[in-house]
Parts: sequence; structure tokens; C-alpha cells
Amino acid sequence: MTTPTQHAEQLSTTTLLRFATAGSVDDGKSTLVGRLLHDSKSVLTDQLEAVEHASRSRGQEAPDLALLTDGLRAEREQGITIDVAYRYFATPRRRFILADTPGHVQYTRNMVTGASTAELAVVLVDARNGVVEQTRRHAAVAALLRVPHVVLAVNKMDLVEYAEPVFAAIAEEFTAYAASLGVPGWGSGGDPQENWCTAIPISALAGDNVVEPSAHMDWYGGPTVLEHLETVPVSHDLTACHARFPVQYVIRPQTAEHPDYRGYAGQIAAGAFRVGEAVTVLPSGRTSTIAGIDALGESVDIAWAPQSVTIRLADDIDISRGDLIAPADDAPAVTQDVEATVCHVADQPLAVGQRVLLKHTTRTVKAIVKDIPSRLTLDDLSQHPAPGQLVANDIGRVVVRTAEPLALDTYADSRRTGSFLLIDPADGTTLSAGMAGASFAAAAEPEAAADDAEWDF
Amino acid sequence: MTTVATVSEGTGNPYALSHLDSLESEAVHIFREVAGEFERPVILFSGGKDSIVMLHLALKAFAPAPVPFTLLHVDTGHNFPEVLEYRDRTVARHGLRLHVASVQEYIDAGKLRERPDGTRNPLQTVPLTEAIQQHRFDAVFGGGRRDEEKARAKERVFSLRDEFSQWDPRRQRPELWQLYNGRHAPGEHVRVFPISNWTELDVWQYIAREGIELPEIYFAHEREVFGRSGMWLTAGDWGGPKDGERVETRQVRYRTVGDMSCTGAVDSDATTLDDVITEIAASRLTERGATRADDKMSEAAMEDRKREGYF
Repeated sequence: MTTPTQHAEQLSTTTLLRFATAGSVDDGKSTLVGRLLHDSKSVLTDQLEAVEHASRSRGQEAPDLALLTDGLRAEREQGITIDVAYRYFATPRRRFILADTPGHVQYTRNMVTGASTAELAVVLVDARNGVVEQTRRHAAVAALLRVPHVVLAVNKMDLVEYAEPVFAAIAEEFTAYAASLGVPGWGSGGDPQENWCTAIPISALAGDNVVEPSAHMDWYGGPTVLEHLETVPVSHDLTACHARFPVQYVIRPQTAEHPDYRGYAGQIAAGAFRVGEAVTVLPSGRTSTIAGIDALGESVDIAWAPQSVTIRLADDIDISRGDLIAPADDAPAVTQDVEATVCHVADQPLAVGQRVLLKHTTRTVKAIVKDIPSRLTLDDLSQHPAPGQLVANDIGRVVVRTAEPLALDTYADSRRTGSFLLIDPADGTTLSAGMAGASFAAAAEPEAAADDAEWDF
Repeated sequence: MTTVATVSEGTGNPYALSHLDSLESEAVHIFREVAGEFERPVILFSGGKDSIVMLHLALKAFAPAPVPFTLLHVDTGHNFPEVLEYRDRTVARHGLRLHVASVQEYIDAGKLRERPDGTRNPLQTVPLTEAIQQHRFDAVFGGGRRDEEKARAKERVFSLRDEFSQWDPRRQRPELWQLYNGRHAPGEHVRVFPISNWTELDVWQYIAREGIELPEIYFAHEREVFGRSGMWLTAGDWGGPKDGERVETRQVRYRTVGDMSCTGAVDSDATTLDDVITEIAASRLTERGATRADDKMSEAAMEDRKREGYF
């Protein structure tokens, strides 16, 4: 490891990786997270002392690293993890935001929450058990949420005598399953040359291939988990992305110094925008040209996702929060009929005929659930037609009619402008997380289903 | 200081944002979401480094227009004079409006009672929540960071509070993508934490990059302090030192700024931003572990205070 001084000097030029972990209770997720935090100097003395003290007071001999991540009173009392927590650690090469998602009971909504902002998901497998239902579930959620990279961490290699054939068989089975989900080479943003999944044999407990290369597995020539986290690409090929700019807020100072300033503030959702570019404003369809881009105080010629900027247009046209600015030759269609896959995250159900609010980028509109054609079982990807309603942790297809037109991309094209929330208008509860367009969660074609029920996406 | 996105070296991709640019962009997005969706937002401003960074981000988010929020300071009555001076100077410089909720006034009026241990940090909750009710604030920006404390690691960016300002960790809304749900009933409000994803080191690196001025107590200086519970506390009218506690002059600095009765200084030679960053990168203690007495009271001290309405 490096010295603290090197940390200070190098940290200013690092990038940020957001990733999520997925693993069931006994896969060793806490141990892996604990080791990543610990070996990257992110567990400090007072935190470790607190964990040691708490572990001793409940009669445990060794410090229970799970106590580092279980922050709530009820979690410590019950020894369970209630909800997603976010952890932070850094190496000289990169800073990390880890969405630590609990692996049991409410797994789907928690993993969906963690995966929604993740660039990478770590799926843990116990080498003794291989690919199990839970593994397939985690891979399916990562694929559904279009997480750009997955690490298959085959853990507890020490318990299978560090045997290469064990690892190879698990990696092969997982890769075949991932391919069947349709993930390699998907959509824009990802580099088709990059493999979606990287399999790494590890022992989180013994420390093999987590931060330090293993001395027990000469046959493995790939990166350690940390090395891979440090080097996986986080930015996308902008030329492959449709540029999208949801207008958040209109800045009009109307001061003596800036009497005529009118700027559209927002965060670029995808792609890049350039001064001089012809743009269309949706849903109105009016066109103009970008006169200037202000990147938090400085004028720039080009800006790209995910920068927060202010765009000025050449023409004084009516634009407000909720509108979308897109290149004139690459604007999305507007629609009031949304077909999507949703993960239901609330305890109250979502039913056909229900009136909801739909929040898409910076726009919230009234909507009605017209149909719920199918519900998906993640374990085996089987479809259940016309369930009538979705309950907590269900994943299903929905058809929603909105009161106003939306400039909606498919989620496969843009995670940011293809996603939405369904909200209960009565109490504001977030009901469902929506992903527009087709996915493997869509009902199977009848002939394909007849062939082989396991491969029906 | 440059404010344009700097291209990271060595990543091979000219469009990779540096981690500070990513965090800044995310925080600005959050400020603008609140401006777009709420009627009466307010920024909690103490003159501490996190709230100073928050104000700086808000200024950038709405430039060249003024910040469309007022500020609120919960004054414990035991604040550092240098920090109050900084607070008032900053408010005047940017033409902002500041509300002050005073713990001392609550004590003087008999509405709050001084605690036996003399710390006033937990006493801030009532003046804070009453100020929110009185001014009908519907969004309250706080500088809380998830890296500070394990209960805060569970906190959402948009955190719904009921009419008593209570936080219920079991009933939090899942937060998906960058789609923040700020819906709330009348009387309820949302606590908003734009720098949730920043660490202490990020805050200091950002302060250095942006050239942000800070109160002097963040840098090493000679100070009259006395030892209590393994920390150096500043002597003063608030009630220290007690019998048997000896005042001495030491070179110290503060990592956090809060109530004088429970915020400790650390021995330090760091007189510049670079020194401070080097010192923090090398430290084996968290900022709260090093300098906050109130978090040491119990394993769930922060969670319990937050449930009651603390920020």
C-alpha cells in the first residue's frame, strides 16, 4: 500500500466508481466489504475499537466486521441488515461509493436501489455451492438494471483447495447464464469490446485476490477484485450516446448586471452538447441553437454527462422545468403510452386502474396504470400472465397512460432518461421503479416458450 | 481556481470526470431539484466547513442569479466567536438572509433545561424543529455526510420528516437513479443532504481546489485549552475548566466546528490547506471519533438524536 502523503497528492486526479454488492447472507459479503474497507485504510482506529467493543460485549471472540456496516439500532439488536447503506473508500487510483445491499428478504428492491446508480455489481458465489438461484437472481437484476459491469466473485476458494476446475466450471455456468440474459454488447454506452462479466476466484476471509494477489492460485492470471475496481472504465463513448438535457430550473437573475440572462440549468443526462449545435425542445418541438454553455461559472464550448451546466439558447422560446433539450437530428419521440418493466418497491400494491404520479427526469405527470400484462419470477425467469397487481419486490411489465406527453427513451438506450418512478399521489410513497421499453422481463413469445421454458426472454 | 471539469490523467478517456467534479455535479443537481420543487427551502448554516461548502455549491448552482434560499443557524450559545464572525461576514457578503434559532433564548425562557453534563448539542433539536414549523420551511438542507457516522450511512439524500421532524429509518423511501421524491404532506418537510456522498477528505480537497475561505480555527494556532475525556476543549464561559482541569497553551486545530462544550481540538502543525489534507489522509481517527464527545455517549447516539429531529 502507499503512504498517506501519496494519497493526498494523487487523490485530486482520481475518478469515482459507484458499485453495488450482492450476495446472500452466508456468501461472505460482509467479510469482503470489511476487507476492502480495512485493507484500503478506510476503517479507522476509533471505528474498529467500537466494533471490537461491541463484539466483546455480546460474547464474540473476533471483531464482527458486519457491525461496521450495520448502522441502526434494530440492525444490531437483530443481527440483520435492514436497508441499503453507502460506504466510502479510496485508493490512489480511484474513489469508491459502495452501495451495500442486504442479501435477504427484501433483496429485490434493495438490490434494484443499489444497482440503479451502480457502474458495476459484485455478485458473490460460494465456491462450494456454485451458481444457485440467488446468483441467477442477482445476475438478472444487474442485467435488468443495465449495470455496465459485473464481477463474479467466486468466494471461499480456500474451502475447495483453491482448485481451478471448481472456479472454471462456476465461471462458465455464470457466463452462459449472463449470455442468455442478452447482456454482452448491449445498448449504447458500453464498449462492445469489454466483457460484461469478470470472474475472480477469491477468499475474502484469507485475503486471496481481494486486495493482494493470491499465493495459492498460480493458475489465475487476472486482476484482484480491487485492481479490477480501480481500472474498469467509468465513462462512456459519448459518440454512441443520444445527447439528453432535462431542464431543471430556469435561471433569470433580472439584475442590473445581468438584465437579459436566461439560462436553462440541469445535469446532462447522456452524451455531449456543443455551442452552435441545433437543438429541439420537447415536448413542444420548438427548435433553436445553443448560444452558450456555462459550466458552474465558466463558459465552455462542450459539456458532457454527468456535468451540471446551464445552457443558453439563441432564441427566446418558452421553456420550463420538465422540458427536454436534445439535438435537433436526434430527439426522442414523445409519448403518452409507456410500456415498461417495473420493480415494485412499496409495501402497498400497484393495481390495474390505479391513479399514480409518474416522475421522469425533472417532470412529474399524472398517470393511470392501464395494464399489468405479466409478473416475472426472478429465480427461473418464468412469466405469470395478468397478475392484476404487483406487491413489494415484484418485477413486472406495466402499461401506463400519462396525462401529458413525455420525451422518454428506452432504458436500454439511456438509464437516466429511460427510467421513472411511480408515486402514490395520496401520500407521496415511491411505489415502483420503472424502466421503459423491452427487456428480458417482457412476456415471452409463445413459440419460444414452447421450445424451452428456461430460455424465454 | 479553475472551475471547469478537469480531465483525469491516466484514465485513457477524455470524458471521464474527476471525482470532485462528479461530486460537485451531483450536489448542484440536488440543489436545483429542491429549487424547482419546493416552496420554502432553507440551508442550515453554522459556519462550519460542510455548511460553507454547501453555500459555495449553492452559489455556483444558481449563478449569475442569487441563491434562492435563506439560511438558518441554530446557535447553541456556546459557539466559537471566530465562527460567528465568519458567519455574519459571509451572509453580508452574499446579500443573504439569516434566521437564528437560539438555544440560549430557550433556556432563558425556561423552555429548555441545561443538561448536567453541560453539553448543548442535543438541545438544538427543539429550536431547530420549532424554527422549521414557524417559518414553514418545506425543505431543509443539511451538510450531513454518510461517511461521518454509521446511522448517517443509512440516510437518504431526500429524507422525509414528519410534522415532529422525526426520522424513521425503517420507513425511508428507496432512492433510485437520480430521481429524488420530495412529495410531502402539509406540516411535513424534507431534509436534503447534497453532500451525502462526500468524505471529509473530499470536502478539504474541494475547499483547496475552489479556494474557499474558512474560519481560522480550522488551522493550527496557539490556543488555551484543557484536557477532558481525551480531547482538548477551549476554556470559556460555557463552563470549563472545572476543578482539577488545568488550562494550558497548545498548538491545535479543529476538525469539526460545533458547540464548544463538546467539540474538541486536535494537536496539529497544519497551518495551510495542503498541510490539513496531508494530516487528514494520514489520520487513523474519524473526525467525529477524534473530536465529538456527544457521539461517544452511546452506540446509537446519533441515530437516537436523528430520530428526534436532529440533523
